[in-house]
Amino acid sequence: MNESMRVLIASDQDIVTARQKGRTLASSLGFLATDATLIATAISELARNIVTYAKKGELSIRSVETRSQQGIMIVAKDEGPGIQNIESALRDGYSTSGSLGLGLPGVKRLMDEFEIVSVVGVGTTVTVKKWKN
Amino acid sequence: MEVPVLKQGQFLIATVQAALTDEDLIQLRIALVERVVVARSRGVIIDVTSMDVMDSFASRTLREIAQMIRLRGAATVIVGIQPEVAFAMVQLGITLEGVVTALDLEEGLAYLNQAFKNDS
Repeated sequence: MNESMRVLIASDQDIVTARQKGRTLASSLGFLATDATLIATAISELARNIVTYAKKGELSIRSVETRSQQGIMIVAKDEGPGIQNIESALRDGYSTSGSLGLGLPGVKRLMDEFEIVSVVGVGTTVTVKKWKN
Repeated sequence: MEVPVLKQGQFLIATVQAALTDEDLIQLRIALVERVVVARSRGVIIDVTSMDVMDSFASRTLREIAQMIRLRGAATVIVGIQPEVAFAMVQLGITLEGVVTALDLEEGLAYLNQAFKNDS
């Protein structure tokens, strides 16, 4: 099975749409309810980061496969201001927006793989994966 | 989607019926903090059984609601957090510390009745 979808993120309603679509795809890929909720929660945080910091961006959600594993990959991409200090942004409790600062470190804990590329003035791309087990 | 708030005796019950946007959560906060005074309620129950995801924003807003309502002299109980939602919250790092939670509406009402049984 190879499914993929893209969700444009520009408002708080899009955050809900993205996580619902992500949950549906995760379930159709055979993730259990618990994992589907972890994935939906991670999508919610990634989409919210886009709305909060970049105003708009895009999430792409698709199935991924290796020889031995099947999983889901989410790429959150924006052309926002970028992150000045990625190390701090990945630390619990760090926030420049007055939030709880759990977003990125939380997403990292919810998923199996986490990668972030951010260039100040160019934008941020976060790629996360979760494998079925 | 607006969250309906019902008055039952000296308590208010807000039942979340679908996934909430950030704006819905903020509206809920405004509505409850107002209603608790107008209705002279002693306690508020927020039933989140239908919430698909409790992310950092939702948790923060619920915690703020509980704190604001306490400052207005009433108690708040969050009921119905689903097991998989609780699992995701803990992974994310959310504890809802300082907020009273209960299994379901019945337990939430029992808690409030107990808390206010001596001064009603």
